[in-house]
Amino acid sequence: MDGIFLQQMVNGLTLGSVYGLIAIGYTMVYGIIGMINFAHGEVYMISAYLSAIGLALLASFGLESFPLLIFGTLLFTVCVTGLYGWVIERIAYRPLRNSTRLAPLISAIGISLILQNYVQISQGARQQGIPTLLDGAFRLPIGEGFLQISYTKVFILVAAFAGMAALTWVIRCTRLGRMCRATQQDRKMAQILGIDTDRVISWVFVIGAAMAALAGLLITLNYGTFDFYAGFVIGIKAFTAAVLGGIGSLPGAMLGGLILGVAEAQFSGIVNTDYKDVFSFSLLVLILIFRPQGLLGRPQVAKV
Amino acid sequence: MTMVRKGILAFAVSAALGLSPVLRADVLIGVAGPHTGPNAAFGEQYWRGASQAAADINATGGINGEPVKLIKGDDACEPKQAVAVANRLVDQDKVAAVIGHFCSSSTIPASEVYDEGGIIAITPGSTNPQVTERGLTGMFRMCGRDDQQGQVAADFIVDTLKGKRVAVIHDKDTYGQGIADSARAQLAKRGVSAVLYEGLTRGEKDFNALVTKLRGANVDVVYFGGLHTEAGPLLRQMREQGLTASFVSGDGIVTDELVTTAGGPQYVKGAFMTFGADPRKIPEGQALVEKLRAAGYEPEGYTLYAYASLQALAAAFNATGGTDAEKASEWLKSHPVTTVMGTKEWDDKGDLKVSDYVIYEWDDQGKYHQK
Repeated sequence: MDGIFLQQMVNGLTLGSVYGLIAIGYTMVYGIIGMINFAHGEVYMISAYLSAIGLALLASFGLESFPLLIFGTLLFTVCVTGLYGWVIERIAYRPLRNSTRLAPLISAIGISLILQNYVQISQGARQQGIPTLLDGAFRLPIGEGFLQISYTKVFILVAAFAGMAALTWVIRCTRLGRMCRATQQDRKMAQILGIDTDRVISWVFVIGAAMAALAGLLITLNYGTFDFYAGFVIGIKAFTAAVLGGIGSLPGAMLGGLILGVAEAQFSGIVNTDYKDVFSFSLLVLILIFRPQGLLGRPQVAKV
Repeated sequence: MTMVRKGILAFAVSAALGLSPVLRADVLIGVAGPHTGPNAAFGEQYWRGASQAAADINATGGINGEPVKLIKGDDACEPKQAVAVANRLVDQDKVAAVIGHFCSSSTIPASEVYDEGGIIAITPGSTNPQVTERGLTGMFRMCGRDDQQGQVAADFIVDTLKGKRVAVIHDKDTYGQGIADSARAQLAKRGVSAVLYEGLTRGEKDFNALVTKLRGANVDVVYFGGLHTEAGPLLRQMREQGLTASFVSGDGIVTDELVTTAGGPQYVKGAFMTFGADPRKIPEGQALVEKLRAAGYEPEGYTLYAYASLQALAAAFNATGGTDAEKASEWLKSHPVTTVMGTKEWDDKGDLKVSDYVIYEWDDQGKYHQK
């Protein structure tokens, strides 16, 4: 266990926790209506812009302290991104609810293109960025090398796990969570029992978007730069994480994200950076061969 | 009405046709580049520089006693349009030579047309190696090549930075990997073998794993072939993980946006890059720079490159006593030419023997300065 190995673990876990946050959006939507929301990566991209706007707004009001600034921005970003999630579901998916399975998939791709171009036109194609807010790092000497963890990374890990814990609590212990689970198990039955499933589905989109918003804020803090195309690569990675962990399963999405992040980091560290994606996807293929439902997914049973 | 219109048209056409033999006495030279479109600023620089050169050459006797006349060719940096323009310049305008084009992707297909037409062409600004690598006899350039950039960077790493453990990183793209490969080859020639040679993925932002690997390999210099969109985050993550190695890159990061992508000037401070020497600072060109500035035009970018291109063509035509492309090409490849950018010499491919790439350094204000 040398310093380099530990450092790669830290790199992988921070990256993986962000993948996990975005993967939650994919997995929840799939779990409840069985469609893959390809616009989810773009929702994340929008949240990156919103967090920069929120930071600039709050800073212009003279807010200086870091915790207040972050908390205010988080609130702003989560609310507005949640609104985006709700609107997308309302105009692009709900009208297609009872049509063929492929229709909402195509409209998801359409929404994804619309969002990309909308941001490109309204915000410009240039790279955007925010100044570094949290400077400095922990430095632990280990053997001959050292382990350096910036405060931002610590913040990301803490915030991501807090976000996942909060979501788990919402799904396990609240009324909304119970409705979500009921709708996921059997939409028609839930409807008969008096649950407004359309509203529940809207809420699922809002929750997914809120998690993406948290990821957007964390990534913006960590890397400080984004553009209108930023959602594509990370969206694909998060989708992979969701499938790896078992699409439809909440803990699976988180676990899948972490595994993917760590696998990428360790593979680039030990073998080669060029082929880290090849490795991640080979891992995905292997897992799907032996466990087609993903790591924590439940196998699909044909209903008779 | 139609009869009248047709009559006017016929008259205009015959007048134009009748006029051309008169113009033939002039030495016609095409100036091809993006005169419209998103890159029109570079076309403007070409045109300004070449026009001034034509005026100055005509004032001192022209080419072989004949005045120079320039013709615009607009390619808008589109390869298809570049070929059409090249055909027009060769077949209709019957130019003696072409200054152009700008985008390498336009210059490469257009140069085939010039080669078939037996016309000499010199590009002030296309840096892709393929421009002169296809064995065309009449293709020259006034600027450096992407692979020369890599060499200059490698020499700088060995001579000035005294790099012992050098890592070469690229973005797996034509430009980035090309320039990184040439830097790596030159490093090897100078006895420094890269301790790490890896590619990152364009569009990603997290290079922490790669940075940790760099740290583990104990590198003291990182050479990066790629664009600012990846260079910024890479630089930042290097500094965040406490890696203090020097950072050297190419002209893919020559933009203020590097500071944005890195998250602030404190991260780009001390980064090095290769870029053409500022031609406005070359002593031979000072009189011309003053003259253009007095006329209200700042000769930035490729203006002086275009001026020098016409000077080279004029020198070759004057020395060979005609506008024969073959003779002029042969002459240019064996004789130095004095231009506003200093004395220039070309090798057998048509590349400059000495490239003018120099090292720039970024300061703590997020600006770059020639070292």
